[in-house]
Amino acid sequence: MNEVKTKPAALSKKDFISNQEVRWCPGCGDYAILSQVQKIMPELGVPRENIVVISGIGCSSRFPYYMNTYGFHGIHGRATALASGVKLTNPELSVWVITGDGDGLAIGGNHMIHLLRRNLDINILLFNNEIYGLTKGQYSPTSELGKVTKSSPFGSIDYPFNPPQLALGAAGTFIARGIDREQKHLQGLLKHAHTHTGTAFVEIYQNCLIFNNGVFSHLTEKEVKAENVLVLEHGKPMIFGKNEDKGLRLNGSHLEVIQLDGKTSHDHVLIHDETNKIQALLLSELTYLKDFPTPIGVFYHQDVETYDHMMIKQIDYAKEQKGEGNIEALFHEGYTWTV
Amino acid sequence: MAEDQQKISKTTEEVDVVTIRFAGDSGDGMQLTGSQFTNNTAIVGNDLSTFPDYPSEIRAPAGSLAGVSSFQIQFGSQNIYTPGDTLDVLVAMNPAALKVHLKDLKINGLLLLNSVNYTPRNYKLAGWESNPLEDKTLKDYRVAEVNMSELVANSVKDLNLSPKVINRSANMFALGFLYYMYDRNLDSTIDFITAKFGKYPDLAEANRRSLKAGYNYAHTIKIIRTNYRIPKAKFKKGTYRNIMGNQAVSFGLVAAARKAGLELFYGGYPITPASDILHYLSGFKNFGVKTFQAEDEIAGVMSTIGAAYAGDLAITATSGPGMALKTEALGLAVSVELPMVIINVQRGGPSTGLPTKTEQSDLFQAVLGRNGEAPIPVVAAQTPAHCFDAAYEACRIALEHMIPVILLSDGYLGNGSEPWRIPEYKKLPEIKTHKKTDPEDFLPYRHDEKTLARPWVVPGTANMEYRVGGLEKSEGTGNVNYTPENHQLMTELRQRKLDIIADSFPPVVPFGNSSGELLILGWGSTFGAIRTAVENALAKGLSVGHVQLTHLNPFPKDLGEVLGKFKQILIPELNMGQLQTLIQGKFVVKTEGLHKMKGVPFTQSDIYNKMVEMLKGLA
Ligand code: SF4
Repeated sequence: MNEVKTKPAALSKKDFISNQEVRWCPGCGDYAILSQVQKIMPELGVPRENIVVISGIGCSSRFPYYMNTYGFHGIHGRATALASGVKLTNPELSVWVITGDGDGLAIGGNHMIHLLRRNLDINILLFNNEIYGLTKGQYSPTSELGKVTKSSPFGSIDYPFNPPQLALGAAGTFIARGIDREQKHLQGLLKHAHTHTGTAFVEIYQNCLIFNNGVFSHLTEKEVKAENVLVLEHGKPMIFGKNEDKGLRLNGSHLEVIQLDGKTSHDHVLIHDETNKIQALLLSELTYLKDFPTPIGVFYHQDVETYDHMMIKQIDYAKEQKGEGNIEALFHEGYTWTV
Repeated sequence: MAEDQQKISKTTEEVDVVTIRFAGDSGDGMQLTGSQFTNNTAIVGNDLSTFPDYPSEIRAPAGSLAGVSSFQIQFGSQNIYTPGDTLDVLVAMNPAALKVHLKDLKINGLLLLNSVNYTPRNYKLAGWESNPLEDKTLKDYRVAEVNMSELVANSVKDLNLSPKVINRSANMFALGFLYYMYDRNLDSTIDFITAKFGKYPDLAEANRRSLKAGYNYAHTIKIIRTNYRIPKAKFKKGTYRNIMGNQAVSFGLVAAARKAGLELFYGGYPITPASDILHYLSGFKNFGVKTFQAEDEIAGVMSTIGAAYAGDLAITATSGPGMALKTEALGLAVSVELPMVIINVQRGGPSTGLPTKTEQSDLFQAVLGRNGEAPIPVVAAQTPAHCFDAAYEACRIALEHMIPVILLSDGYLGNGSEPWRIPEYKKLPEIKTHKKTDPEDFLPYRHDEKTLARPWVVPGTANMEYRVGGLEKSEGTGNVNYTPENHQLMTELRQRKLDIIADSFPPVVPFGNSSGELLILGWGSTFGAIRTAVENALAKGLSVGHVQLTHLNPFPKDLGEVLGKFKQILIPELNMGQLQTLIQGKFVVKTEGLHKMKGVPFTQSDIYNKMVEMLKGLA
């Protein structure tokens, strides 16, 4: 028998590039992130028509227009709620929310924490540039205290959110951080987020060239980044530094940096366990601490049954118990009389 | 025996229509008593209309005016359109209930009281200066002052029940009393009690005995010389059941989804008086209904938009304050041209207002309340049973035109009930959707010539991936487009899409006179009061017509013509003249308004008296 099998042509990055002209400022960190997302999409094994990219409002929220997938550019802060409706309508879809520090943590903070708590199988990419770009340069919920901006000429008096910690507090089941410039690393994170069944929260440090240039340069500039970035890898010791000569260790209930100079053994260095919530909390605490490296990678990862899965189960169960809904029977239930 | 002779001397009289109100403390079980009486009334074949009125506080202090809960029913052998104006019978379980409701009892009407609750402490708490049972307060009424609690206690002596339980079954005594008065059979309530208290045989027995004690007591006392029989009403042929407005909405939504071959998605946040829609739908999981109790009103409507994008029949329901929160999202829904229904079960406003009371003051909000030019069709339900048709119609418009639709109901309709002639599912109008899976010539914003719907292509459909959003877009491609000509074009297109919906409306045919002296133009839940008043006026030879609008945006195309045939137009509304303003903005007519802002519906006499005033000297 000559059975001809027609395999669909494998997709490549260019299949995910839409025909729309990209309109971010030249040099914006968003370009790099878009490119990584387009790159990993063909590798996910998901048919293109099953991918939906959903955003709110902000510079990053233009993202869906540039992806040749299904896409929805929503309204300010509501992408997570919009995405929830899409996912519950068709749980087969691979749903990606693109949001920012303003969209996702200020105006959309409420929807963000509730999506995390419910654990729908949705991926959230939160582009954190610590500033409002689209409205031209006001401080955001992740801007540091004292930040001088257009709306805070004397310095902001708002304490910032700590995004991974917020996500942990909201019972997030996959919490990670990447950097726009760390392209290979980011690709790995995106793929990992995709394979996680449940809400994946990926904070991505993104440079806003126009209103907050260089805010992450200590994490991205070649000369210094190795001293300032701790790359978390499950099962591996938390070592950083140009010469891999520094590590994190637990001292009581605090983390401390130790020098690995031969005197202190590697044995003291903490091993990253992404299923350990307490450790994830300690690591998230480093976000704004001076004298500590900034962790990137997966902080926390735990598989918990998703909302969408439970919803389907309940519907199936109801059908099994009561039988497939019968409209006539519904109309006639209870006391009826005929004239 | 003297007592027996008394029984024999009683007579039965026939009457056409009766209005009863059960009133008591929140804990007295008045809602349950009322709904039992309602079911029993349906069984004897009377037409009926009910209205529950309960406090917004979950546990208002016992015996206080704020804690009074009531249930009203009008039933009869003629068409019953409203729960009734003045009362033939008032059941007042405590002095607070008497204080709140006595004013509505007809002179010579029957007052049934549970005297055990008329203690000095209670009547002072209710604001009576002296005991109303002892002063002249009740001299114009027939008073049945009964120590129900004691009589119930006597009948259940052997059961060893606590005084609290005994007091709680006094409502069944009152119900039994009324069953005797209206010549009813107790079976429906006995069955109910047996089912409800099945696990607690003593409690069931106490309630059964209490019911029978009330029935027998009414039989023996002098004040009830006559009991009444109401002949069966003449219903149109068909099978009927009693239905509440919010329930009818839920049925309409499920039926429309089935008809259109879609699954139903409901995203919403609990709010009085709309929550029952969520409650009903969440019980319909075996119909594949997905209910999503969102974190707030905004997430409720946003998840609904997401569900519409992904291909479900998408619904959200709320009340005024929640509607305000959904406003921004409604603009998005207009812009992305997706089908969905947004239900507003209106209550008294502004702000938190009167959460459990009824009002029609969100009409402007529905028609006009958005930024930009964002036309949304508005459909209004008229009676509890009509909620089914209105919900079905709202879904039809949404799906056939790819547009969000607002359905207006209100607290009075949502919680009220009446007999519903059960439709045959297969005879309900077909609903076609604009789902498309063929990539040939696909453009996401190419509009169908007849309906101006754009194609409904849902994620998961191969080779038709497209992007959509709240920015202005080009006709055809749907690409973002800010050019002046395009915005003009798209704005006009969205308006035209709204306007052509009226092509499918049935002609406006006034009830009563179709031209002449006076037209009463109403919308929504004022139907019953207006129709009753108009029937009365017609019977007295007055020249009046009645039009009750279901479609408020757009208006029916022939409405202007109909308005022009009357010399005067009266527009009664439970607001300060919102329909009146819209009508006068659209048509060159002079109208008069009648506005009631008391949190309660119009009575038929409110309307009737106004008609008479307008027709003075003409009759
Ligand atoms: S304003 Fe900043 S974030 Fe926005 S596009 Fe320009 S560089 Fe990027």
